[in-house]
Amino acid sequence: MKTLIIVPAYNEEESLPGVIQDLRDHMPDADILVVDDGSRDHTALAAKKRDVLVVSLPFNLGIGGAMQTGYLYAWKNGYDIAIQFDGDGQHKAEEIGSLIGTLESGRADMVVGSRFLRLSTYRPSFFRQLGIWIFSKVLSAVLGMKVTDPTSGFRAVNYNVLTFFAHMYPEDYPEVESIVLLHRAGMRTEEVAVDMRNRTGGRSSITPVRSVYYMVKVLLAVFIDLLKRK
Amino acid sequence: MDIIKIISITGSALLLIAVLELIRRGRLKERYSLLWLFSSVVLLFLSLSRGVLETISKWIGIYYPPSLLFLVAFVFLLLITLHFSAVISGLSEKNKKLAQEVALLQQSVEEVRRQRAGHG
Repeated sequence: MKTLIIVPAYNEEESLPGVIQDLRDHMPDADILVVDDGSRDHTALAAKKRDVLVVSLPFNLGIGGAMQTGYLYAWKNGYDIAIQFDGDGQHKAEEIGSLIGTLESGRADMVVGSRFLRLSTYRPSFFRQLGIWIFSKVLSAVLGMKVTDPTSGFRAVNYNVLTFFAHMYPEDYPEVESIVLLHRAGMRTEEVAVDMRNRTGGRSSITPVRSVYYMVKVLLAVFIDLLKRK
Repeated sequence: MDIIKIISITGSALLLIAVLELIRRGRLKERYSLLWLFSSVVLLFLSLSRGVLETISKWIGIYYPPSLLFLVAFVFLLLITLHFSAVISGLSEKNKKLAQEVALLQQSVEEVRRQRAGHG
């Protein structure tokens, strides 16, 4: 199976070397694609020095536009599996195997690494936890399936989904909405328990003001997706 | 002729002239000027014919007929800005696609260059 690990990175020159090393150690056969989302630091250079594939967007598109660029690359270059693995160091490369394993069992078209399926060392802030709780309740109700960690950006998708995402992917805060889109397109999502680290560098894109926008925007998008004709 | 009529006729005529002039100079594309043209023509017509303005005002319960001009102008502005929001959404989608294609093309150019350098 030809596998591409897509690493969206915005100003991650500090954490990127560690992330790439981690991926090399645990996934030696997979190709690594860093999508530099118009960073103002030397993210692209840091990636090129470590001899991975690098796509540099001419300006910042946001995580949705950056991930879609990765899916476009995967689709155009004939990959069977695409992994989303954040550039900030919070995901663990050793867990990719279990995501791919579930994907290859054929039970799901997209596998999401969930921090809340079993006890994990990851401790989000109270507000973040509240947001995740609301999203998971709404999604579980809307989709009729249990979703424990809808904002997780640690994912593996098969060819059908990467083709779908190459052509249609939500723009900002895409994680929650993409689960709904796939569900509506008749594709299956499954969660796998993973552990995550606390961030090793950079800053989270979620500030208090943005988190309110995030909440409203995502919930609106979820309900609009439900209203749109197939 | 009362002052309000002169003002409204002059105003809507100037708007119509400005729109036509922008189209003539190629500064405004026809597809984005249709709503402007239509609204300025309607406003001019209502300003000129006091009878129609008064009839419609009475019919919908507006006591001061020139207020109807504000209402009509307001509704057109709403439509025009809504139209612009839709246009901007389309443009930003195209803009995103262009950025993605440019980035992917740049990557494949660099890839080809590196391979050539390796062979040469």
